Amino acid sequence: MNAVSYAAQAVPADWPGGYWWHWLFYTVVIIVFVLVMVMGAIYIERRGMGRMQLRYGPNRTGPFGLLQPVADALKVLLKENIVPNVADKIVHWLAPVIAFTPVLLIFAVIPFQNGALLTDLNIGILFIVAVSSISTVGVFMAGWGSGNKYSLLGAMRNVAAVVSYEIPMVLAIIGVVIFTGSLSTGAIVDAQDIPFILVQPLGFLIFFIAASAEINRSPFDLMEADSELTAGFHTEYSGMKFAMFYLVEYAEAIAMSAIITTIFLSGWRGPWLPPWLWFIIKTIIVFFVMVWTRATLPRVRIDQLMALAWKFLFPAAVINLFVSAIEVLVWPDISQWIFVGVNIAVAVIAIGVGTKMFKPGWGKVAV
Amino acid sequence: MQFKFFGIGMLKGLAVTILHIFRRPSTSQYPEQRLNISRRSRGNELIWDREKCTGCATCAKACPQGVIEIVTSTDMADNKYKVETYRVDTGYCIMCGLCVEACPYDALYLGYSFEKAKYRRGEFVQTNDELKESPQRPASGYFHPDIAKKLPKQTLLIEKATEKRK
Amino acid sequence: MTTTQEISLQTEPFVLNMGPLHPSTHGVYRMRVTLDGEVVLDIEPMFGYLHRGIEKLMEERTYTGCIPLTDRLDYASAMGNNLAYCVAVEKLAKIRVPERGEYIRVITAEMIRIANHCLAVGSMLNDAGALGTPFFYLWNEREKLYDLFEMLCGQRVLHNYIRIGGVSQDLPDEFLPALEKFVPQLHKFINEFEFFLKQNEILIARAQGVGVLPKDVALNCGISGPLARASGIKRDLRKDDPYSVYDRFEFDIPTAENGDCYDRYRVRMEEMKQSLHIIDQAIKKVPGGPFRAKVPQIIRPPAGEAYGHIEGPKGELGFYLVSDNSIAPYRCHIRSTSFINLTALRQMVKGWKIADLIVIFGSIDITMGEVDR
Repeated sequence: MNAVSYAAQAVPADWPGGYWWHWLFYTVVIIVFVLVMVMGAIYIERRGMGRMQLRYGPNRTGPFGLLQPVADALKVLLKENIVPNVADKIVHWLAPVIAFTPVLLIFAVIPFQNGALLTDLNIGILFIVAVSSISTVGVFMAGWGSGNKYSLLGAMRNVAAVVSYEIPMVLAIIGVVIFTGSLSTGAIVDAQDIPFILVQPLGFLIFFIAASAEINRSPFDLMEADSELTAGFHTEYSGMKFAMFYLVEYAEAIAMSAIITTIFLSGWRGPWLPPWLWFIIKTIIVFFVMVWTRATLPRVRIDQLMALAWKFLFPAAVINLFVSAIEVLVWPDISQWIFVGVNIAVAVIAIGVGTKMFKPGWGKVAV
Repeated sequence: MQFKFFGIGMLKGLAVTILHIFRRPSTSQYPEQRLNISRRSRGNELIWDREKCTGCATCAKACPQGVIEIVTSTDMADNKYKVETYRVDTGYCIMCGLCVEACPYDALYLGYSFEKAKYRRGEFVQTNDELKESPQRPASGYFHPDIAKKLPKQTLLIEKATEKRK
Repeated sequence: MTTTQEISLQTEPFVLNMGPLHPSTHGVYRMRVTLDGEVVLDIEPMFGYLHRGIEKLMEERTYTGCIPLTDRLDYASAMGNNLAYCVAVEKLAKIRVPERGEYIRVITAEMIRIANHCLAVGSMLNDAGALGTPFFYLWNEREKLYDLFEMLCGQRVLHNYIRIGGVSQDLPDEFLPALEKFVPQLHKFINEFEFFLKQNEILIARAQGVGVLPKDVALNCGISGPLARASGIKRDLRKDDPYSVYDRFEFDIPTAENGDCYDRYRVRMEEMKQSLHIIDQAIKKVPGGPFRAKVPQIIRPPAGEAYGHIEGPKGELGFYLVSDNSIAPYRCHIRSTSFINLTALRQMVKGWKIADLIVIFGSIDITMGEVDR
């Protein structure tokens, strides 16, 4: 079975024009969605953070400053593109592209509405996990290709973080997958009569922390770490290439918010409003929580980041997986509302015990 | 990261930041919303009163930057000094106000206005009548309490912060 | 957390030039950092990028004309510099300051201490990566103080307010009521800010046990101010060698024991409370009368030398003046706090990560204008 005919199965039967029309329509929708959402995200972040910091945020360009992201984009596009002499030109050029593509790919399996997605892969979650970490390659290429020590340090930090945080992230997803019995994103949304944030509170928390670390949102924004590494991996980028990285940063945040919405917040499901609007509203709420944490928390250190992944999140994820597996195996037929109570209790106990037992690693090294 | 308080410390921080959304921002929207500056404002220009000036050059001696240039000649008819040139390079002036303090005849004032950026460096050098007081160049109350009383009251953030949010 | 460990995997060390253009070097400080991966093996401080020759410039200005120059030393606490310089000149020329002048000086000196600590804590937290939020909250309070300074002396940052023998102008009528209004506001803010960050786990992880400055090292390096008090050295010139009228106020010297970044942050917050306490007492006691002794614009102190020092916001700030009975100091040496506090940086950062280097550097609270002079 070749790829086209395989994908054609996923298309709703009544779709006019067959596979290619479907492909074209959703590709355009996804690209427009990502670009518009990124602009919205930038606006929400800057205004939200502004209000949290007792200032207004951008409010000059257009009504309520809504056009500020457009103005920023225009400005950055018109800027000169500077490539350092010592840079590896090809790698330097290729990095933003490689970083950006996987983010768009994630949206291929995100259902905007019942059945409204580019392709309902039956391995949707696996696809997301596999694809989302590819942008790290782009980031590392940027760090290496720039020929700058700050960039290299930032890129190394990012690789370390992503490699570590993939594991608790995947384990947290598996907890959900055990309940649904399917890897398909559509099936996961269908299975959420109760949003999985209630059934899997610990899983949600782990996934949220791991996702923040993976996309380098504060408090895990070590790869940019503006106070330490000036701008981290994109120190040497300017103009359009910088814009691409900026886009990647927010597109990743939107992608992760969309994934969290799909997996834990019952995706497009909700009363009264149209499903796609529910999806967007939930995505924005999750993104706002990311902005909120970014505005509040200081940045962790690289060894603390690692310690958090391996000594706290990983055991907690395993416990979560274990409890979920037992629940599904032993009581497959009882109402999930019972699991809600049990799992919240498990989460509270796990966090309480885990936080007491958690010892971060050494800080100082003998030199 | 040691969770001494089970992560409650972080939650407290989150609570504080979210509550700040509902507070009134303390920034003001500058070109539309102008706050009154201090009555004793040391603005970036010097105002010179030709009538009161006797040409004693105390200001020039007090100036730490040496930007005041004063040329006098003797007026035999009135038996007093006549100021021929009074030139201030406000580009070099650091607005310390020592000249105003030093002037024994209250002939010098600092400017109350702001937004006095110039396009060329040469325009900063002001001579004689360019230094006079005019509606565009009001005098500040620095070291002149009588002038200070007439100027509008300074807007304070302390008072603004206790205002109700509109 | 402070347990030291041998470095497990050694790589080839590389040299990273931090600064002079770097977001968190507080100006134009430059460090040549030798790194092994993320671990700081050694740093070599380099400064002088902001050298303006202030000590030399002072030799060719009148004693009064030097006061605007002291503003530019530590531009985050200009009032403290003015005070220190004037205390030195008064010692040299044996000038007595009237009561009212002394009280105004105490009030303004404590106000600038609060303003400086707002900046110091805020920028340290900013360096720790708290993306501006605590910084903006603290700056909001600092802005209120700067409004008051503007009311007092016409400028917000470079005050140039304190004169030899007193202060330049009397308090405006609306000043003391405004200050009285400000004190409870700041009390409220400090409580809120403690709620906001005191227990924050990430801040504790980033700051507690990091950059420990042992007591003996602090003493040997001549560290003063909040940095020394965080290391357990209970030394404060306001108590130990009272200048002005500090002996008439009741206040504590907050100290801590560990000497890490978190303790420095704590000590600064406590000092803000103590400063408020002093302001509270001073407002009630401000006497009437002249605010400035009759001092001519150009003074000629008798030949000799004098060292005047105050407890500035950053530590002991001293001016050593030599007079040859002319209108300008023959020589002026500034014991600048930031410069001397910076000498302990190397001992503090060795073996820590590059992220800690930034936090430790931020916790020292330096101003490059004072380091380079």
